[in-house]
Amino acid sequence: MAVTLLLDIALGHLRRRRRQTLVSVLGVALGVGFFVGVTALMRGFQQYFIAQVIDVSPHIVIKDDYRAARPQPATLRWPAGAVAVSGVKPRDEPRGIRNARAKLAELEAMGLAVAPTLQGQVILRYGTRDVPVSLYGIEPERERQVTNVERDLVAGTLDDLRSTANALIVGVGVAERLGARRGDTITAVAPSGVSMSMKITGLLRSGITAIDNGQGYALLKTVQVLQGRSNVVNQIRIRLADIAAAEPLARQIEARFLYRTESWEETNRNILGLFVVQNAIMYSIVGAILLVAAFGIYNIVSTVVYEKTRDIAILRSIGFGRGEIQAVFVIEGVVVGILGGLAGAVVGYALIELLGQVRFENVGGIMSGRDGFILAREVWPYLVGALFALIAAAVAALVPARRAARLNPVDIIRGAA
Amino acid sequence: MLEAVDVRRVLPGPPPVTLVDAVSFAIDRGEFVAVTGPSGSGKSSLLYLLGLLDRPTSGMVRVDGIDTSGLDGAALDRLRLERLGFVFQFHFLLPEFTALENVLIPIRRLGRLDDRAARHRGAGLLADLNVAEAADKYPGQLSGGMRQRVAIARALANDPAIVLADEPTGNLDTANGRAVFDVFERLTAVDGRTVVVVTHDIDLAARTHRRLHLVDGRIVRDQPVRASAA
Repeated sequence: MAVTLLLDIALGHLRRRRRQTLVSVLGVALGVGFFVGVTALMRGFQQYFIAQVIDVSPHIVIKDDYRAARPQPATLRWPAGAVAVSGVKPRDEPRGIRNARAKLAELEAMGLAVAPTLQGQVILRYGTRDVPVSLYGIEPERERQVTNVERDLVAGTLDDLRSTANALIVGVGVAERLGARRGDTITAVAPSGVSMSMKITGLLRSGITAIDNGQGYALLKTVQVLQGRSNVVNQIRIRLADIAAAEPLARQIEARFLYRTESWEETNRNILGLFVVQNAIMYSIVGAILLVAAFGIYNIVSTVVYEKTRDIAILRSIGFGRGEIQAVFVIEGVVVGILGGLAGAVVGYALIELLGQVRFENVGGIMSGRDGFILAREVWPYLVGALFALIAAAVAALVPARRAARLNPVDIIRGAA
Repeated sequence: MLEAVDVRRVLPGPPPVTLVDAVSFAIDRGEFVAVTGPSGSGKSSLLYLLGLLDRPTSGMVRVDGIDTSGLDGAALDRLRLERLGFVFQFHFLLPEFTALENVLIPIRRLGRLDDRAARHRGAGLLADLNVAEAADKYPGQLSGGMRQRVAIARALANDPAIVLADEPTGNLDTANGRAVFDVFERLTAVDGRTVVVVTHDIDLAARTHRRLHLVDGRIVRDQPVRASAA
């Protein structure tokens, strides 16, 4: 059957109502355009944010605690038996990852970039000021492979940790609160009461407040001495080539070593959860725009059906079936949807370009060094937006189209005669 | 060619209205039949039943020898497309299409002719009906008589054996009405088509071969026209 004939009839109807068609197309175009523009804006920011977070922190961290109480000997001996042990008091164990060196070697044998860390709270004291920091004892050579701390150093290098005795690198916020500058010697106090004089050899500015205001780095050996925990490592940090592999690999490692192992996704779950909510809000708004556009399409197709009842009768008398009548009006909706989708792509592209022109004052924090929106220029939002527009258009047109198909030609002719 | 056997059409009530009541007749190939009667007598309803636009409540309509009572909607659509041509009181041309394009719609719907052949046939039909010059004009640019001739050309587009016309001259002046009946005469006498025309114009009805007169949905008279005129 000649689909082109149905298309000709449908296009004829739309040409007769040029202005209304244009308004409907515009409605769809705005919906698709905003979807494309807002998606670029939101995803641009989210991707940037994730990249920043991932950049400064390791992809996987093995910690020195357990997710669940360790299985008791009785349960291990009779795994299928009706043995239940409750109220187990965990044994006081020396904290730290046991056999850390062997585990590091094993992980390195898997081809991963790994770094041992002893992390603990200390208080930095300078004059009258006390600033609590999370102090990381690191090995510069390995740390370099695992995080980008070195890149974020605004003064000094990681190698200073080795070349200077009791060297310390702190976040710029920490230094500011202490009132200390690079080269100053300050006092670090461990929870055990041990204190040590340390020299600030470097400053760190990552853009993430939590790091800049609360972290410090020193040599692993030095921190082990300060904390009174010689040869103890309580974190193993891992960096991967493919960040998507982090979560499954973390589960694999945890199963192997039993220690709690967190991927970057787990560590940043609150932020990622926030993004989900943010996306839900965005897509609801865009969905509402498309819904309004769909009503526009419903409106035009309904009007055409009402206006064209005589044409429907004549087409039926010529021998067109109900399905073909329905197809004519669905095509009208789909044509509006396609035109709207195409125009929407243009609107979306223009919107992205426009947003790219916007400049604002440096807001600092994670956005420091940027004076405009971060836009993700991707192809899929255009396709998804157009697809949604098409579906919305077809569904909106289907309702009046079905009504047109059900019209009885005899009733129409009688009414006209 | 076209046969009605005890055809009834009742609009379901309440109260039920009987439009066509136990009508039976048979029309031969090449016959030119007028259906007459006062308004509300069921003439048009009978025509819609014969044209398969409506289905009888009981009884049977046979088109071209085919019993239509057991056919589904798609099969009826097909029969209309291939064997029946409709002409209505109002021209019912699609306003977005030119006269020629209107004539091409049934041809394209049937899809048996390629584009060139279809255009050739459409132009030929318009020429036969003396409206060749209207081919590229839109219905809004044509006079009532010309529109009706274009509508007849469209009814003939797929070379139907049967042409059904519902008050085809009701909206035309006398001269144009006569012209339309000239065409119908030619369709029967020259082409051998069957033409059934509903009309209340007695003068025009007198030009047909046979007259079915309806009152209250029943055929009260079924007689050859020449006999009554004599």
